[in-house]
Amino acid sequence: MSVDKIWVLAEVADGAPITTSLELITAARELGGTVEAVAYGDATASVATTLGEYGVTTVHDVGDLGGALPGAPVAATIAAAVAAGSGPDAILFPATYDGRDIAGRLSVKLDRPVLTNVVGLSAGDGGLVSQHAIFGGSQILTARFTGDGPQIFVVRAKSFAAEPSGGPPAAVVASPAPDTGATGAARIVSRHVEERTGPKLDEANVVVSGGRGLGEKDQYALIEELAGLLHGAAGASRAIVDAGWVPYSHQVGQTGKTVKPTVYVACGISGATQHLVGMKNSKNIVAINKDQDAPIFSVADLGIVGDVHKVLPQLIEALKNRA
Amino acid sequence: MNVVVCVKQIPDPAAPGALDPGTKNLVRAGKLILDDSDAYGVEMALQLADAAGGGDVTLVSMAPNGETSGLRTALAMGAAKAILISDESLAGTDALGTAKVLAAAIKRAEPDLILAATESTDGYTGTTPVQVAELLGLPSVTFAKKVEITGNSVKVERQTEAGYDEVESPLPAVVTVTAGVVEPRYPSFKGIMAAKSKPVETLTVADLGLDAGQVGSAGARQEVTEVADAEARSSGEIVVDEGEGYTRVIEFLEQLKVL
Repeated sequence: MSVDKIWVLAEVADGAPITTSLELITAARELGGTVEAVAYGDATASVATTLGEYGVTTVHDVGDLGGALPGAPVAATIAAAVAAGSGPDAILFPATYDGRDIAGRLSVKLDRPVLTNVVGLSAGDGGLVSQHAIFGGSQILTARFTGDGPQIFVVRAKSFAAEPSGGPPAAVVASPAPDTGATGAARIVSRHVEERTGPKLDEANVVVSGGRGLGEKDQYALIEELAGLLHGAAGASRAIVDAGWVPYSHQVGQTGKTVKPTVYVACGISGATQHLVGMKNSKNIVAINKDQDAPIFSVADLGIVGDVHKVLPQLIEALKNRA
Repeated sequence: MNVVVCVKQIPDPAAPGALDPGTKNLVRAGKLILDDSDAYGVEMALQLADAAGGGDVTLVSMAPNGETSGLRTALAMGAAKAILISDESLAGTDALGTAKVLAAAIKRAEPDLILAATESTDGYTGTTPVQVAELLGLPSVTFAKKVEITGNSVKVERQTEAGYDEVESPLPAVVTVTAGVVEPRYPSFKGIMAAKSKPVETLTVADLGLDAGQVGSAGARQEVTEVADAEARSSGEIVVDEGEGYTRVIEFLEQLKVL
């Protein structure tokens, strides 16, 4: 099966396509054929210019969802296009809250499996071939679909670099969702924006993360303070998210965010495979841990074998004195 | 209110994982334990059933070799019963096939609410719960950090990039919960003893009325073609802190021009 047409889910936040969608559009361009996008919400028409700059020719605009969660209606629109014969050969979804929902529902509608946690894509004989980081990123697994039908991939953030190609604005085609019945019955009643000081976790130049080695919940304040002084974002290992010390939105790792900052500072994090897969591609890694044998030191450019309760306050104090 | 919790029994995540050299499937031959991620769903289900004034919490799980040790852990926490689908023909089933099996089993329990983790710790595909919802024709709300039942609907605080959305859905519905949202109780001694005699219904693919060609490696329409070592990251400088370790961190940050 040749891949002549690839669709990418263009998720829109704050009036612009999210970076991961632009990364996927860039990747799709390299894989050959036409690149089209699927978008939803009330700002889709305004993003056609940006999407065009990255190589999208047509935006299939599901439009405003009237408060419905995107999973059911957006999947229904894509499935309808496939049924009508105007669908894509492959569809790329960013690994976001909504991207995963839409991909899962679409998979059932088309009775096609889905490959998730993709970190690389290439063109193969039977369509696209995907790469997946397994066992903490120590091994790369290559997978492909068998059988006919659209190929559905959910791709992790920062798997590709986003680069514009200088294309003209994309054409916008209204593609409202068919009736989704009970499957689309969940409604957003209200949206809450949580105050954030400093950059977003997955966009920050510096990420400071804390783990179980902090000992107790209150000690996470050290992580936030150090992140603040370095104009970075505060992250966390799964262990302390599971323990309820910090919300899920801070989690870095397999379950959670992928980060690639200039500097990643891991504090009291042992470096379970679950965590490594989300941060080992950081440009520079500093680890502070009292256990000399902790796996985190095997990926660290600078490892400090020491107690975070001593090293962090000293570091914070020294940085404050510089300011 | 009857709640089904989808639970996965997985190899101990603390032990190094391995792929079968022939099938390239994850090796799941040894003893399996309850996925930590599922303890939150079980706890949430118990609390919601309590708050609703009663009802059963039923576990649904698919596992090889009639494995029940993870189920016993969740039964010891307080779940009433379990449905286990175990069948040799299920080896190599992909996420969509797993969803078909779970959906067929869940239907038998006639739940008002279906809870699951956002993803499993071992395979972490993260699509199975939503696939189950679509197969059952139900709404779904993923990434819940707070769940409340009011009458015939569920109110969820759903994690978003910017914060959270308050979402309402009629029941029955599928809800996936993030970790850390409730504190899973430790099974009491009494609970562990009681769990031994709680009913575990073991079903085969045929019992569920599914076509064997839809599941297992026969039904999987994705394959692993290659597994290779990733480029190793070379380890760097190690400094044992004797009170001055922080100065080396500052030098390093200066070199990188982040200071």
